[in-house]
Amino acid sequence: MYKILEKRELNDSVTLMVIDAPLIAKKARAGQFIIFRTDELGERVPLTIADYDREKGTITIIFQKVGRSTMQLGFMEEGDSILDVVGPLGTATEFGEGIKRAAVIGGGVGCAIAYPSAKALFNMGVDVDVIAGFRSRDIVILEDEMKAVSNNLYITTDDGSYGTKGFVTTKLQELIDSGVKYDVVIAIGPVPMMKFVCNVTRPYNIKTIVSLNPIMIDGTGMCGGCRVTVDGKIKYACVDGPDFDGFLVDFDELMRRNTAYKTQEAEERNHICRLTGGVRHA
Amino acid sequence: MPNMQQNKTPIAEQEPKVRARNFEEVSLGYTAEEAINEANRCLNCKNKPCVSGCPVGVRIPEFIAKVKDGDFEGAYDIITSTNGLPAVCGRVCPQENQCEGKCVRGIKGEPVGIGRLERFCADYMKDKEIKLTKAEPNGIKVAVIGSGPSGLTCAADLAKLGYSVTVFEAFHTAGGVLMYGIPEFRLPKATVQHEVSNLKALGVEIKTDMVIGKILSIDEIMEMGYKAVFVGTGAGLPNFMGIKGEGLIGVFSANEYLTRINLMKAYLDDYDTPIRRYKSVAVVGGGNVAMDAARCAMRLGAEHVYVIYRRSEAEMPARREEVHHAKEEGIEFVYLTNPSEIIGDESGAVSGIKCCKMELCEPDSGGRRSVKEIPDSEFVIPIDACIMAIGTSPNPLIRTTTPGVEANKRGCLIVDENMLTTKEGVYAGGDAVTGAATVILAMGAGKTAAKAIDEYLQNKD
Repeated sequence: MYKILEKRELNDSVTLMVIDAPLIAKKARAGQFIIFRTDELGERVPLTIADYDREKGTITIIFQKVGRSTMQLGFMEEGDSILDVVGPLGTATEFGEGIKRAAVIGGGVGCAIAYPSAKALFNMGVDVDVIAGFRSRDIVILEDEMKAVSNNLYITTDDGSYGTKGFVTTKLQELIDSGVKYDVVIAIGPVPMMKFVCNVTRPYNIKTIVSLNPIMIDGTGMCGGCRVTVDGKIKYACVDGPDFDGFLVDFDELMRRNTAYKTQEAEERNHICRLTGGVRHA
Repeated sequence: MPNMQQNKTPIAEQEPKVRARNFEEVSLGYTAEEAINEANRCLNCKNKPCVSGCPVGVRIPEFIAKVKDGDFEGAYDIITSTNGLPAVCGRVCPQENQCEGKCVRGIKGEPVGIGRLERFCADYMKDKEIKLTKAEPNGIKVAVIGSGPSGLTCAADLAKLGYSVTVFEAFHTAGGVLMYGIPEFRLPKATVQHEVSNLKALGVEIKTDMVIGKILSIDEIMEMGYKAVFVGTGAGLPNFMGIKGEGLIGVFSANEYLTRINLMKAYLDDYDTPIRRYKSVAVVGGGNVAMDAARCAMRLGAEHVYVIYRRSEAEMPARREEVHHAKEEGIEFVYLTNPSEIIGDESGAVSGIKCCKMELCEPDSGGRRSVKEIPDSEFVIPIDACIMAIGTSPNPLIRTTTPGVEANKRGCLIVDENMLTTKEGVYAGGDAVTGAATVILAMGAGKTAAKAIDEYLQNKD
């Protein structure tokens, strides 16, 4: 059992939790993830480790309540315990050598995953520009945290209610056009966003790392459900990733595969609101 | 006088039409009378050919003699003195290639139903208190990585010798392939958990959610005071064919499909893990895993389930009983056929599978008949899901994180005849060493390793 030590709502649908998991905290690195299961009936769901504290033995997860399981997790409170937390899984992000300047791009809740990368780069002495995109002002998250680990933080909103109006790609293009030379771009967010960031960086041949979020069960390479096509070959996001060279990823296939349970998930969502509306007590 | 009936005493089974739509166990097991009747078919041969066919050396004629006398507990004690998982083996061992394959009664008629009798004894003892025989604790710590058949067997044997054993399991439940792979209707999960609880009663500690190689390395485990490590991490990595369309929605590895159903219980309403109920399913492969996947698809309500196998029925590696049961349940076998492409619709979901007809060639040096494509023989089977059951490879997690442990080019860990890897104190067995094989072979390896670990630790200063 893994105790929830702290819970904070970052916006209406995004929650931060600090979890007691000393062994995982000891090994976790930027880019890695955990799999949680709230209770006996729950499914196994992957979440990227947003932060960790080796001394306190804690890890931080940030998640959007979109499906049944993340909703169940969202209903849990400080002091409650999550039945299973497995990790750290996946390969840590390899930023490469000799990086002087990096752009870290987060889209929506993807900022939670982009944040540890920005932090790791910033602590390596790299100049970090963070571009964080949101639909609107009311869902902006982690602003102070991202500011603390970047030289420049640019926030964009689709509706212009905060920061610059437009998409993260517009801002990135603007910075590149203004003469900023990036050695690496890290893009983490919705699949279409990562695809379009790659479209921006490709003409300049700027190394672009994306973090993928396919459907997954075990997280150790066993089920093959998380397979993605990278450079024409089958790769497992759970062991070979979740980070990949964005120029080589078949994003369209990933988008399709991620919709496999969409209808079922929508039905589930109704189900949970109508019938339980709260934590399931086993 | 032995019972000279030619055939095995029939065993009650659920009606094929009924069971094809539920996940209850297919075979209902012998009654005491039936078990005694079957036991009486054993000739109690002096040279015991059956025992030589058993990878864990169960003293078969001895336990059967106890069954004849109605001493089922005595029979159970004899079985468990060499086999820690009788309820599992009685159900899933390929007996026709092992003990029963060597049975003298099989020459004229059917062999003695050794598997059925083993299962009967294990089930008989299910609700009874089991007396544990174990040595005084010796205080020496041994770690076992993986709680599948090899790990459980190795752990049990070491615990009985007095070692303090910790099993590390990556999943949230112990049992490995017995939990995630083999379906409920063939091996009830409660039966597996009962065997696991017997292991705990022996003092074995099981730590779940521990992916070794990630949370701890083997070197770190040894630094924690474990004097030896057994690696039984199985062959978990699913293979795909590498044909077009394997990224479509509705294409699964058998591992994923079976894990959703067996471990995550996606077929039960109460459980959150989703699974789609497909109408027309193709399973590619001819092993036990293919049979399991096909029969699960049928139970989830499919109208057509095709097993597509590139050789003929005679070459199919699955247990005869599974093939027989699958046919009874309406699974359609498409032999001498090999998929060349999976076809998708505009939404990226599977709509068909394109296949070629194959013909058998002469046996190769290993005796296996290869196949070749018949030109211009392509045809399409309309389907909405495809399950790849064409084998698995060992998980690289241990070999890539343990300096000194070497693997062959297929990724299988290299061991000597005592299951010792290339690193001192680290032993390995089961599918991690052999590649995908059977439960009982993995158990045999776990047993050999336990013996070798004991010798190593007893002779170490």
